[in-house]
Amino acid sequence: MSAPTDQISNLPKSSVLQSFLRNQLRNIAPVFTLLALVFFFSVASSSFFTMVNFMNILSQISITAIIAVGLTYVILTSEIDLSVAAVANAVGITVAYFTLQPDYVNIANLPMPGVIAIILTLLSALAFGLVTAFGVTWIGIPSFIMTLAIMQIANGVSALLVRGQIAYSYPSLITMLGSGSIFGIRWTIIVAILFLLIGHLILRYTRFGRYIYMTGGNREAAEYSGVNVKFIIGSVMVISAMCSGIAGMLAVAYFGSAQQNQFDSYLLDAIAAVVVGGTSLFGGRGGIGNTIIGLLVLGVLNNGLDHIQIDSFLKILIRGIILLTALIINVYAQKLKESE
Amino acid sequence: MMYQTIGGGGKPPLLQLTKVSKSFGGIVALKDVDFTLHSGEIHGLVGENGAGKSTTMKIIAGVYSDYEGEMRVDGKLVHFRSARDALAAGIGMVHQELSTIPDLTVAENVFLGHQPLTRFGTIDWAQINREAARLISSLGLDIDPKTTMGSLPVGLQQLVELSRVLFSGAKTVILDEPTSALSPPEVKRLFDVLRKIKAEGRGIVFISHFLDDVLEISDTVTIFRNGKKVATEPAASLTKDAVISHMIGRGSIGMHMGESAELISEDTRPIVLAADAIGDGKTLHNISLKLRAGEITGVYGFMGCGQVELARALFGKIRLKRGHLVLNGVQRDFKSTSAARKGGIAFVPENRRMMLFRTEPVYKNVSIAILGRIHRLFLKPGQERKIAATRAVDLQIRPPSPNMPLGSLSGGNQQKVALAKWLTHLPKVLILSEPTRGMDVGAKEDVIRIVKDLRDRGVAILVLSTEPETILTLANRVTVLRKGMVAKEFNSGTLFKADLLAAA
Repeated sequence: MSAPTDQISNLPKSSVLQSFLRNQLRNIAPVFTLLALVFFFSVASSSFFTMVNFMNILSQISITAIIAVGLTYVILTSEIDLSVAAVANAVGITVAYFTLQPDYVNIANLPMPGVIAIILTLLSALAFGLVTAFGVTWIGIPSFIMTLAIMQIANGVSALLVRGQIAYSYPSLITMLGSGSIFGIRWTIIVAILFLLIGHLILRYTRFGRYIYMTGGNREAAEYSGVNVKFIIGSVMVISAMCSGIAGMLAVAYFGSAQQNQFDSYLLDAIAAVVVGGTSLFGGRGGIGNTIIGLLVLGVLNNGLDHIQIDSFLKILIRGIILLTALIINVYAQKLKESE
Repeated sequence: MMYQTIGGGGKPPLLQLTKVSKSFGGIVALKDVDFTLHSGEIHGLVGENGAGKSTTMKIIAGVYSDYEGEMRVDGKLVHFRSARDALAAGIGMVHQELSTIPDLTVAENVFLGHQPLTRFGTIDWAQINREAARLISSLGLDIDPKTTMGSLPVGLQQLVELSRVLFSGAKTVILDEPTSALSPPEVKRLFDVLRKIKAEGRGIVFISHFLDDVLEISDTVTIFRNGKKVATEPAASLTKDAVISHMIGRGSIGMHMGESAELISEDTRPIVLAADAIGDGKTLHNISLKLRAGEITGVYGFMGCGQVELARALFGKIRLKRGHLVLNGVQRDFKSTSAARKGGIAFVPENRRMMLFRTEPVYKNVSIAILGRIHRLFLKPGQERKIAATRAVDLQIRPPSPNMPLGSLSGGNQQKVALAKWLTHLPKVLILSEPTRGMDVGAKEDVIRIVKDLRDRGVAILVLSTEPETILTLANRVTVLRKGMVAKEFNSGTLFKADLLAAA
């Protein structure tokens, strides 16, 4: 007589498991991808699974991570920011513009004391964000197109300031944070972890964070609940520009040079990190936790492919396929959730 | 011999329905309906929402194909599978929501999907413009076929759509609420066109809530009630009162809930929110309204009368072009919904989807409007859950668990959650658009009880509805809207459903 009762008690259990899997698909899939990649590269290469290489990976993704924090906010509201890499580039060049360059660097130069240079540079990042926010919320330009225009404008600013040259000097604070380390850990990693942590706390534990999720989940409902949707959207655009700007300042020091178009790959990397991590492209689901996993997936992939001596042109293709797979899972997870 | 002849000279009628019935999942929407339309006849179709008018027309237009009974066109038995079938048989429809494309020219709209081609396979623009001009002027209209549709007033756009239907060869034209968005001169122009079409021997079905319009233009009027045809009479022999009493069946079944109500209002109650001659430059014109503490003001009107816009204008979603709002004696101009919320105004829109976050748990849905009051810097989800749980008990939300995803609740319970979000800190003004639409009886009663309780606690409430029963059950005062304007106000005495229908 125990068999039928077992069956009855099993039924809801399996449906509970099913619904858990359904809900968590977007969170589970990236973790499995990460574990699979780590396993694969550890077996395929003896130099991959080492502490040194682990720190390498963290250092390689640290700049992307800072950009991805702001981008996570933007994507959670179901908007997009395509200007992140260009803004990072322009702001990185701006900090060099305000720093005295050696004589042989023949670029526009307006040297300022370090602190003032940094403040002015941060203001330039803020300006990019405010213009984007104004265009998207006030004028009503779709963020996709607005940030495309800002991308071009930021590239233009970079071109005008650097004029095809390369700048090498930055305020000492920037040089330290971008290229220095403490207790053997690179400062960029520490800064990235701080950004991720604060980004997570704001999203999960403050009213502003809740409004971001609600605005992304159902913008109309948020508005009819008396949420100032325009302010939320504008704010995330500004936050994204500030994150990009700070990342750009550290990146010029990280690479030791400031020049045109040097950060172009950050755009795809940052978007890929957010989306591969499982934050919904339709807004309202996901978060910094997802972005961290996404960053690690990309970091392990980029780094691992170097360890197994693969054709570097194939690398680009593989990244594209991983991104496409993530997109399919992302959209599929959304449909599962909605069909519930 | 089975059919009457009205100037048809012995020809079979254009359209004939015999004992047509239709049900949706066991619920009967239409029962044994007979309907005849002759060539050269304008046939008015009236009835309350849900009486069966639209269902009948959707059967005729080929939208529903699973019905019982038979339909004949020109005497031949037909059974349409799609709107395309119906159009091929000469039955065309002009919907209340126009389906014209604003960015195309008038001529392009007329020929949409049937563009004549040159021998090179390209579109023959010369012919399109020439033919469209001919067609439009044959209706007695003067519109340049090259102007873009969007630049025309809505009355002319409707006539262009009508000429598209005629061009596609329709002998029977169904017009759904054609006058709801038209000004009196536009109505007159439409009627002139309809008389021309009728003189060509076509048949017209004229569906409308505007009884004066129906009686003016129709030759024959058919009245529906509760899915049945209750009368078909020559328009000349009918009065508006007679039509209304057919529509609501007064005297036949006796009084049941919502048939009439005693309005009890007190002019001494303080005015909380007043609209002073407001207009949005499009739909709303010169509307004045006073909402008093502890009273429910009902706004009744047909679909498209401006209720939807009025609610949004009061909640800061639609900006005012004229007039102003006065909140507690202070003139206010809400620039956003967030400003209206901070001013103490709450709004529950007619569609739950607009208001709720389906994939989020109940407690986040309840707390969204009051987060600023619960928290300083950091969220307190524990307190949010406690508040949501209290509301769930108050409003009998089932199941009363604040962690359930909202989407897993029934429609009636979702509506209660939509209300719940405004009830923790009482708003000064509560605006409810169609608060009971589409709800089962139990949930409806719960909502009515909740709303009355809020009124007794001093909230100024505005209920907007196209259902007379909802208004009669709840309101202390009633304002009737018609085409974006205040048509009539009822402040005291006995208000009958018939009064509402007659005023709207």
